[in-house]
Amino acid sequence: MFNKLKLDDIRALERIAPTRVLTQAQINEDYFHDELGTAFGVPEALVKVLTTAEVSQVLKYAYEHDLPVVTRGSGTGLVGGAVATSGGIMIDTSLMKKVLDFDQSNLTVTVEAGMLLMELAAYCDQRGYQYCPDPGEKSATIGGNISTNAGGMRAVKYGVTRDAVRALTAVLPNGEIIKVGSKVVKNSSGYDLKDLIIGSEGTLAIVTQATLKIIPKPEYAISILVPFATMSQAISTVPKIIGAKVTPVAIEYMSCDTILFAEEYLGKKFPTHASDAYLLMTFDSNTQEAAISDMHTIADLCLEEGALDVLLIDTEERSASVWSARGAFLEAIKSSTDQMDECDVVVPRSAVADFILYTHEVARTVSMRIPSFGHAGDGNLHVYICRDKADDETWQDKKSKAFSMMYAKARELGGLVSGEHGIGLAKKEYLASTLGDTQIQLMKAIKRAFDPKGILNPGKVI
Amino acid sequence: MNILVCVKQVPGSSAVKVDDKTGLLIRPKKGNKLNPYDLFALQAALDIKDCDGSPVSVLTMGPPQAMEAISECLWMGCDEGFLITDRVFGGADVLATSYTISQGIRKAGAQDLILCGKQTTDGDTAQVGAEVAEHLGIPHLSNVISIVRRDESSVTVKALQENLIVTETLELPCLLCLDADINTPRLPSYKRMKEMGEAKVKVLTFADFEDQDKSHYGLKGSPTQVQKVFPPEKNDNRVLYKGADDKLAAKLSSILKERKFI
Repeated sequence: MFNKLKLDDIRALERIAPTRVLTQAQINEDYFHDELGTAFGVPEALVKVLTTAEVSQVLKYAYEHDLPVVTRGSGTGLVGGAVATSGGIMIDTSLMKKVLDFDQSNLTVTVEAGMLLMELAAYCDQRGYQYCPDPGEKSATIGGNISTNAGGMRAVKYGVTRDAVRALTAVLPNGEIIKVGSKVVKNSSGYDLKDLIIGSEGTLAIVTQATLKIIPKPEYAISILVPFATMSQAISTVPKIIGAKVTPVAIEYMSCDTILFAEEYLGKKFPTHASDAYLLMTFDSNTQEAAISDMHTIADLCLEEGALDVLLIDTEERSASVWSARGAFLEAIKSSTDQMDECDVVVPRSAVADFILYTHEVARTVSMRIPSFGHAGDGNLHVYICRDKADDETWQDKKSKAFSMMYAKARELGGLVSGEHGIGLAKKEYLASTLGDTQIQLMKAIKRAFDPKGILNPGKVI
Repeated sequence: MNILVCVKQVPGSSAVKVDDKTGLLIRPKKGNKLNPYDLFALQAALDIKDCDGSPVSVLTMGPPQAMEAISECLWMGCDEGFLITDRVFGGADVLATSYTISQGIRKAGAQDLILCGKQTTDGDTAQVGAEVAEHLGIPHLSNVISIVRRDESSVTVKALQENLIVTETLELPCLLCLDADINTPRLPSYKRMKEMGEAKVKVLTFADFEDQDKSHYGLKGSPTQVQKVFPPEKNDNRVLYKGADDKLAAKLSSILKERKFI
């Protein structure tokens, strides 16, 4: 299997990245887990890399010496993907955050993998452009987003990370540097290795640079918050919205209890408590008239479908009062309990209502609190099982039962295990049971083709 | 209790343009919004309405497009709107503005409680509310953070004064300038917008006012001599030091000492 790092190995790494190799007590405990904290692992060496060449040299060394390597950005993952469960070397890309190229002719920006999503968004915004994917965790790195194919709230209209990546610079396990994709818009040139690396959670190659698609920033956006009497009524309206020939940027659903958690967490009241269930939608365009016209179409539709009202969010202040709460849901639910685990399933949009109602049934069956929120517009739900002081045995038992029930239901509805958080360590068994042996074997063959020694992020995904 | 909220339409962004010759703000015809500070006063008024059904009126002074601001207040839950607009009122400073508004309030029916925001995001003087009250000859208080009690003849409020919170009781009618961030303003209702159709806004012009002396209004009634009006300069000067932690710490310490922060 893998070797443990010896003093010689540490010295070799120090020659590659002088003063940026940490070991033992020098490594902060934050590096032992990710945001969710259910997976735990201690890296034997942490290397804070600055360049693609350094990543290449570290991987070449690791490959030659059978040392496992895990890549890490900001550590905001939720499935244990960036946790060194096999020890070995952890490559921290968070210092690699340069913008390498801003190409207005080709509408691309090329950045290093450690750039934060919020930094990238601000960089583009200042120049009148938009990087379209908008995952809730703005302090994630773009490399991390690519590794899980993160989605976010604008996926309904603009797609997910994979749709926004034109090219990647990546390092193979043996240290060889490859460039996949290019600034081109079309590509019919053989197997798409770029798309294969995106979402592979650091198991196939280490992404060090990304060329990303940008668009001129839409001039105008307006959001609406739509209260419904019941969650079922709210969610069952979503397919009709999708079918209305108007494409909102985002369609989010939220329940009153989740909003209350956010209020407590932020210490700030939400603008309304009119109902138990809400849809939050945004419309954008280059003209105010077009965005407002789209909004009117959907607002009227919602009222026809029994919405209690449609509340207008048309200024920065109003937008902040609603979207800040939406952005805090994960942390708010987390702070409402001692421990939680999450289910990030994605189901066909027509099945969202059925799935959410089913989570209520699961909560009753296992007697646990299971709040949820998510992207009703793309079928990606974030469902959280809260421990609420249950003892270890009860927690593991109930959690396992709840997950099994929910993933089985997702399968039945034509859904998949993860919409945007990835598989990592936490969701492996559910991926295997959902995809079946043939697909898992194909994935394992791909893994062997990229990484014959299996040193990259061992034990993750498949 | 009859409640009146004074609001203002302000430019939607912080990129305020100023006429070089006149020193007056150039108000865009599009992209305006309700002054964010006024929203807290509106919410406080509508909270009272939610409790006891008190009617809430809203009043603004501005060009014709300020009607949009009134409409928005009606969609938020206000019952009646007044727009003070006339070319005679153009170019008014704080004194002429507050006098004009006080004249408008006199025509808007008997009011028990008049609420204003803390300030506006374009003028930023935070003086109009208090001056309106002086013109009307009624008690007033600024920096109000909560209305703790009210009855038929008085209202008791808490207000921030320097480093302490004071509790004051004011006889009605009175005027309160509410602080920012004391509540979460509600959102305008699309349903209410559809139901209300054309906003029922009463337009008040110079011809409607009791005081028909034009020298009290607009530029003529404005003793303020504006030398120059300009948006605040953006200051994002910063210095970046790079180096080892201990050297950076020593550098930071010496800068703080040099500038007498420590």
